[in-house]
Amino acid sequence: MSNSNMNLKLKVWRQQNANDTGHFEDYRVQASPDMSFLEMFDVLNEQLITEGKDPVAFDHDCREGICGMCSMVINGRPHGPKHGVTTCQLHMRSFSDGDTIVVEPWRSNAFPVIRDLSVNRSSFDRIIAAGGYVSVNTGNAVDANATLIPKEIADEAFEAATCIGCGACVSACKNASAMLFVGAKVTQLALLPQGRAEASKRVVAMVNQMDAEGFGACTNTGACSAECPKQIPLSVIATLNREYIKAKLKGY
Amino acid sequence: MSKNIKLDSKIPAGELSQKWTQYRSSVPLVNPANKRNLEIIVVGTGLAGSSAAATLAEMGYKVKAFCFQDTPRRAHSIAAQGGINAAKNYQNDGDSVYRLFYDTIKGGDYRAREANVHRLAEVSTSIIDQCVAQGVPFAREYGGTLSNRSFGGTQVQRTFYAAGQTGQQLLLGAYQALERQVGLGNVKMYSRHEMLDVVVIDGKARGLIARNLITGELERHFGHAVLLCTGGYGNVFYLSTNAMGSNVTAGWKAHKAGALFGNPCFTQIHPTCIPVSGHYQSKLTLMSESLRNDGRIWVPKNKDDNRNPNDIPEEDRDYYLERRYPAFGNLVPRDVASRAAKERCDAGYGVGVSKMAVYLDFRYNMINKYGRVEASRLNIENPDEATLLQLGKEVAKEKYGNLFNMYKQITDEDPYEVPMRIYPAVHYTMGGLWVNYELMTNIPGLYALGEANFSDHGANRLGASALMQGLADGYFVIPYTIGSYLSNEIRTKSMSTDSDEFVAAEKKVREQLECLLSINGKQTVESFHRRLGLIMWDKCGMSRSAEGLKQAIAEIRALRAEFWKDVRVPGTMDSFNPELEKAGRVADFLELGELMCLDALERNESCGGHFREEYQTEEGEAKRDDENYMFVSAWECKEGNAWELHKEPLEYENIKIAQRSYK
Repeated sequence: MSNSNMNLKLKVWRQQNANDTGHFEDYRVQASPDMSFLEMFDVLNEQLITEGKDPVAFDHDCREGICGMCSMVINGRPHGPKHGVTTCQLHMRSFSDGDTIVVEPWRSNAFPVIRDLSVNRSSFDRIIAAGGYVSVNTGNAVDANATLIPKEIADEAFEAATCIGCGACVSACKNASAMLFVGAKVTQLALLPQGRAEASKRVVAMVNQMDAEGFGACTNTGACSAECPKQIPLSVIATLNREYIKAKLKGY
Repeated sequence: MSKNIKLDSKIPAGELSQKWTQYRSSVPLVNPANKRNLEIIVVGTGLAGSSAAATLAEMGYKVKAFCFQDTPRRAHSIAAQGGINAAKNYQNDGDSVYRLFYDTIKGGDYRAREANVHRLAEVSTSIIDQCVAQGVPFAREYGGTLSNRSFGGTQVQRTFYAAGQTGQQLLLGAYQALERQVGLGNVKMYSRHEMLDVVVIDGKARGLIARNLITGELERHFGHAVLLCTGGYGNVFYLSTNAMGSNVTAGWKAHKAGALFGNPCFTQIHPTCIPVSGHYQSKLTLMSESLRNDGRIWVPKNKDDNRNPNDIPEEDRDYYLERRYPAFGNLVPRDVASRAAKERCDAGYGVGVSKMAVYLDFRYNMINKYGRVEASRLNIENPDEATLLQLGKEVAKEKYGNLFNMYKQITDEDPYEVPMRIYPAVHYTMGGLWVNYELMTNIPGLYALGEANFSDHGANRLGASALMQGLADGYFVIPYTIGSYLSNEIRTKSMSTDSDEFVAAEKKVREQLECLLSINGKQTVESFHRRLGLIMWDKCGMSRSAEGLKQAIAEIRALRAEFWKDVRVPGTMDSFNPELEKAGRVADFLELGELMCLDALERNESCGGHFREEYQTEEGEAKRDDENYMFVSAWECKEGNAWELHKEPLEYENIKIAQRSYK
């Protein structure tokens, strides 16, 4: 039950806006092991508001690990210390009484800070808008069972499609590369017969947009996949490279 | 004003199964050249909003889409787990459009419109086709065909799914269609923007006032029509399965501008959620209804049986749903399952520390259903229980892996080893803005789609039908019905946003924001929200009584007065200020809560999710009063938090109404 029996010290990044230099501030907060990490931040913010101070801005919405809105680099790791878990699903039982926890926003030029721990990830939308779709208007579809898709292929496409677009991959990467994010969408749609028709056009358009947004290149470290809360496999980057080279050879 | 309100549902004449076909063939069209001059505002980018915005843009309209999240892909449809219904009959188990229609009307306890629901069932099959064409990776069989499973309130397998992440996959499909139109320049997307009022000019919806949540700036936007696809209002209960940002503000501002609110008290309490664990809990997490395909729900037969659940023998377990409802068993509709859980816990048979939980146990089916099939497939002779369990776990992992992981993450207990503990939680609101057959509110040009309207689910929604309705409205209904209005608007030029109406609306919004910031009291927004939630849950939740509802109304009024005197909202208007956003939403919930209680008080019957203690059968089932309450409650907002009730009678010409039975 919810006894507040953990005393924690937080070092939280505070930054007024994208142009501010920003700094760490120290806070003390009491938490219970059953709380989620974000609920611990709720407690902190209620405390700050009651004291007449400015609460910490952070992004969050569904709090069940699927919307991709929550972020936070916790003790140097996107979404904190656990594998395959978003910040909202990280619980305080993963920490110990007396711990000092350092909390920062995603770090990437392509994700400018809005305020404190909140960043702007609209660059991801622009990459999808460049080609991350199947060009089919409503009303054009044939019967859903008209095209058979082997279960293995459907499962592999699904695995890639579980990306939540949170940006942890970018934040984990020393080059701030978005290859895992782009690779996941390219892989999903290239695997399926419905997406195959425009696979070449798609991959080139998405990669061009990715470069234009200022994301870095991939140097095969694998931190992206290791820190991905949905455990998107590194193989999607291999697929991305393969699709890209094929498309280039075809003259796209 | 009330004299002028005529509830015209605009249901087309003709035979039920022909209404939609005939409507589509006769609705006025807008020619392509004119479409380019017509601007449509879409608020909200969940399944209904994204699909509508994408489709209308494909058709040639100029679309502006708004969402408060940082990208349209995060709308809360993303969190829907179990699946989407469609009358495909791929399983050859006797499904049909009529059966889906019938199940939905019955599941809604005979409080939904026949014509709307039949249309929903008709277009359901096209939704699956469309989503597959977009590259939505639904679950498939080895032969490559689509896979199905069952949901509550049905006896066929018509639910399509993508593991426990169906909403995510469908929303990403719609989001990608939307982004494609953004890329093509046909949609202008406004993320991190919140609609704070609708602008009505000469009786027609002509735009909105939105706040840019990053800069705090107020913006005026014109549209020939405005579509509210803004979801449900379950967060009025504070704790719910909704996202933290889910709110009623857009719908509520429309209501205050004259739009009627339909059946506000119809709330869905979902039976299988992870129980509340502590005071600082900010939300509740759903465990998909699909789990009831294989999970058996039970409590110990003896009170305070504190043994490990796996050590409680069969004879000491009460599988109360199977006992009470043998025909549907664990797959009774949500309202029935929720009340039954509450009944057991109130009677003292609950489990866990709080005693406010029941078991959802997979062990039996892991061993006997999946384990045995796998053993037989692998030619394992006389397998022992441990082997069967191991084999069954693998199958369970395939079907529900992400849900089991999520459960473990939150509770620190492993559902492969011990039963889940679950309890009902607020999940969905059947009520919403009143709309006619064309999805238009009583304000011309103002539409409501998806969960934001009241139209298709009556007093209780069946599982896997929310996704169906959101996408039906967006992909296949509004693209036709909006033509009926816009064909008369082709001569209306794009209007300047300097008009008196826009100026006045912006002034009103600014004044409310300034007022919230100036109170500078002692209590946080969150604390008021939490208190409102408790009142709603205790007195307007799973069971309601006239006395409790009257108390609730008095308490909410007092809380609202306290809020406007003592709330503390830090920061400024002209900056990124999440507390200010939240304050505005809670202010609206504090008004909506009262209307919900009023509606529940006025409806002197029990139906679907609305259970009035005074009206129940001897067996404790909901007792409807068709004689006096077979109508849609449509509430008109009056000055000073007062409301007037209008009634839209419901007529059942094709379904024989009966006491709902799942026995």
